Amino acid sequence: MNRLAAIVAPATLCLALLVGWELACRGLQLPVYLLPAPSGIAVALAEHAGSLFQAAWVTLSSALLALLLAALVAGPLALSAAVSPLIERAVQPLAVTLQVTPVVAIAPLVVSWAGLDHPEYATTALAAVVAFFPLFSGALTGLKSADPDLERLFDLYGATAGQRLWRLRAPAATPFVLEGVKVAVGLSVIGAVVAEISAGSGRSQGLAWTIVETTHQLRMAETFAALFALAILAVALHAVTRSAEVEILRKWRGR
Amino acid sequence: MTASSPASGPTVASLQDVVVQYDGRPVLGPFSLDLTPGASVALVGPSGCGKSTALRLLAGLEQPTQGVVRRTPGRGETAVVFQSPTLAPWATALDNVALPLRLSGIAAGPATDQARAALARVGLVGSERKKPAQLSGGMAMRVSIARALATAPRLLLMDEPFAALDEITRRRLADDVMSLWTEARPALLFITHSVEEAVYMADRVIVMGPGPGRIVAEHALPDGFPRPPRFRTSPVFRDAVEHVSLALQTAMESAA
Repeated sequence: MNRLAAIVAPATLCLALLVGWELACRGLQLPVYLLPAPSGIAVALAEHAGSLFQAAWVTLSSALLALLLAALVAGPLALSAAVSPLIERAVQPLAVTLQVTPVVAIAPLVVSWAGLDHPEYATTALAAVVAFFPLFSGALTGLKSADPDLERLFDLYGATAGQRLWRLRAPAATPFVLEGVKVAVGLSVIGAVVAEISAGSGRSQGLAWTIVETTHQLRMAETFAALFALAILAVALHAVTRSAEVEILRKWRGR
Repeated sequence: MTASSPASGPTVASLQDVVVQYDGRPVLGPFSLDLTPGASVALVGPSGCGKSTALRLLAGLEQPTQGVVRRTPGRGETAVVFQSPTLAPWATALDNVALPLRLSGIAAGPATDQARAALARVGLVGSERKKPAQLSGGMAMRVSIARALATAPRLLLMDEPFAALDEITRRRLADDVMSLWTEARPALLFITHSVEEAVYMADRVIVMGPGPGRIVAEHALPDGFPRPPRFRTSPVFRDAVEHVSLALQTAMESAA
């Protein structure tokens, strides 16, 4: 498949679906509070671009801050687990439990702890909780992924624990850490959205909050515009992370 | 590189009646072997007869269940070449060769200079900045050999170093390794599946039998390194190959 077809095929499908949607809305004369036509959504998007952009920034910044917080905890924890099997044994069951518990289930609790005045604490905390596991498990797997014969070579030359960590384990972990970051970025947006929806009204101002608010008020065109903005945000974030990963890996292995 | 003279006793490393068991299952021994300075010893034998275990004992990477391992090389004076090049994929050829020097506490500048010289000796001038993924199998193995020789080891151990290479490349590499080895002549022990390679590169070929690994035959060859150009067609070579092959065949039949 050539590059042109790779772009044209999905674009054509999208266009066909949009045209079908538009025609169906007009033909069936569906009320706007049930399903707005794409043209109406486009108008809403243009009219509320400023506020949508602001809301997107709120969601994005809490997701990114959460990513940073999760990395600050997951990194040192993975390092100590890689060095000590006892610490790994102690941490692993808790990390897995945290991973398999649905974030929706703990959201109300965290939202009530954060209180009505600071819903952004809850969004950041919940996004950090879901971003933690891929970061931790990627780093830990990576730190333990070095070629056993290379490890033997380090034994042979009497490497210190520090030399082994910085010259062998940390560089060997790079591809695994990048993979973990890619997964965590996607999850952190999901975590932030879930938290905003749990917070419902209040002073949260993110995209998911916009979706809840406009749905309650039957301003469906704006709901769809916010959904569209959220999808664009997630796709853009994924694309940036993915190309960063490709670029770093290309440098890492030299081609 | 200076020729190392043995300061402490006539052997560089020795195994005395060693026995190795993994989870109570015997894999090697009783097994005894002396490596003298300047010797080149080949270990041949069927798969799973404990050859690699013996090599790891000599390297000091493993401890025997019973028996005594004596080693005189100090830290950084033993080098091991594994079956695969075992290079760090994120590091350049130069950094890979400099690694053991850096681990031994040599500063970055001199370590890099020595590594560059070691790469030049294996014929890799111009590939210093390449990473392992950009090297062919033969070139990667040369980097691995350069890394082993960069520290001027007193004991050089190679575990089927050419197994993954094609015949032409492995013959050329064997010649290059032997001519580099004759410069300083560290005690050399290598494992191979190829009887011809063993006879070509060693002055002592040890045939091992399985269950658990022990010595079943030994064959001494004239020193004369590097081998003369037509050594592979000489009667000495042909006789030795025949003799070792026969011993190996007997060992494998006893295993079956």
